Amino acid sequence: MAKPLKCDVCSEPATVHLTQIINNQIHKIDLCENCAEQKGITDPSGYSLADLLVKPESEAAPEVAALSCPECGCTQREFKKTGRLGCAACYETFASVVNPALLNMHKGDSHRGKVPQRALERATFIDRLGTLENGLKEAISSERYEDAARMRDEIIELKKAMEAAALED
Amino acid sequence: MLIKSIFGGKSEMTEAGSKKCPVVLMTRIRLARNLSDTPFPGWAKESRRKEVLETCLPSVASLGQMKRGISAEISSLSDLERQILVERHLISRELSSNADAAGVVISKDQSISVMINEEDHLRIQVIKSGYRFKSAWGVIDAIDTALEEQLDFAFSQKLGYLTACPTNVGTGMRASTMMHLPALVISSQMEKVVRAVNQLGIAVRGLFGEGSDASGSIFQISNQTTLGESEEEIVKRLSSVLRTIIDQEMNAREKILEKDPNKLYDKIGRAYGILQNSHLLTSSECMNLASLVRFGVDLEMFPEKTRNIVDRMFIECQPGHVQYHAGDEIESGARDEFRAAYMRKQFENVARPLFNLHETSTEDDTPKSDPEQEAE
Repeated sequence: MAKPLKCDVCSEPATVHLTQIINNQIHKIDLCENCAEQKGITDPSGYSLADLLVKPESEAAPEVAALSCPECGCTQREFKKTGRLGCAACYETFASVVNPALLNMHKGDSHRGKVPQRALERATFIDRLGTLENGLKEAISSERYEDAARMRDEIIELKKAMEAAALED
Repeated sequence: MLIKSIFGGKSEMTEAGSKKCPVVLMTRIRLARNLSDTPFPGWAKESRRKEVLETCLPSVASLGQMKRGISAEISSLSDLERQILVERHLISRELSSNADAAGVVISKDQSISVMINEEDHLRIQVIKSGYRFKSAWGVIDAIDTALEEQLDFAFSQKLGYLTACPTNVGTGMRASTMMHLPALVISSQMEKVVRAVNQLGIAVRGLFGEGSDASGSIFQISNQTTLGESEEEIVKRLSSVLRTIIDQEMNAREKILEKDPNKLYDKIGRAYGILQNSHLLTSSECMNLASLVRFGVDLEMFPEKTRNIVDRMFIECQPGHVQYHAGDEIESGARDEFRAAYMRKQFENVARPLFNLHETSTEDDTPKSDPEQEAE
């Protein structure tokens, strides 16, 4: 027979065994009855292995219940209550909660469907333009005029391409 | 004004059903989309919701597909108008009851509707009569792409289109068909079907979506998952389940006709009698009677043109529509009276059902291959 497992917290024989999958990684924890009760595992309203395994003072994993979205102010409590997120940025803020849940409710955890091609192109254009414009300023101030000329030409080309794309629509 | 234009033209919903596939009344696809950098409607402040409405309403209304359509703020509609739009599946109950800074744009033929500030900033919907996923997808894909030119949608490379509820994230697509399954209901097999189908990630609901009952033996069957598969894969998986349900329904029909045809003829005959002669009819009874007559049309007991009357009655026997036709907001008892009178008139000239002629006729109605009917 396998050796009886010991409680991860106090080394008493463990009777509670938990497995959670977070971000595709399996987390296992074994607890004795006392520690399990203390950690609130018997509470069906939910718990997270991450909370159990990570010591409270750890910076790496802030307590999940305290999460709130910097963009819209939506809190995890609110999300739990309504099942709705506050804004697009909430998907990153609450990733540790939402991502494991996504695997349970969907056929996978990554998007395989339609992509807003034009919007993404637009975003790439604007990104590239910003980088070039910053580079140009820097090149001028540090008197690298050859680089500056090259970047200026590239900006002109890029703007032309953007206009052409807009006209196509 | 709104109501007049809604009732003026032909609509996909009232022209439903092709003879090749009697089971599928209509096909529907909806896409959930949100603007990036704006909180979702349920969490946004009133002022942000207004901004979204002011941005989206003109953008959507300016689409070629929406030419000469209807564009309205929900708060400007009367209760009756909202109810009629819900009954025609053009807006959701949620939008109708949560009307602050909410809007809708409906195409002239009522096959396209775009809700603004429902659960997501945009809910784009396309309805086609019969079984036509390909054509519905073609239309909705084009609208979505056209809107994308004007609006920046919340999208992540990893998670796809971001939605207020994580159950819609990814494609943001819900594809469904409205199915008429009288034989599965009569032979008490529906519960079994629902259970089996749920395990495959497919949801079964009543005619008016979540929480509605299945009066008239009409069920809305849709995908439950939106992430991890492409739109095409989702529709393919859904279609194979629908195919099986159609087969089951057809088998159940044959079995009923084989084992106990008189029981079925009795039901259909009585339904016809009641629709022609009753003086008080609730909407749910009316749905069930119309359902039996539709079954009769499939069995060629009634002429094919009766199908259109029945499909129209599925919608027109709803309380909002009854009140519109009555020309007044009337209470439930008066509605039952009016509804019965309306049905007597509609079924007045429908010929008596022909019995005992078509023991094997269901055979011919069974689509042999892919039931996808692209004929317009």
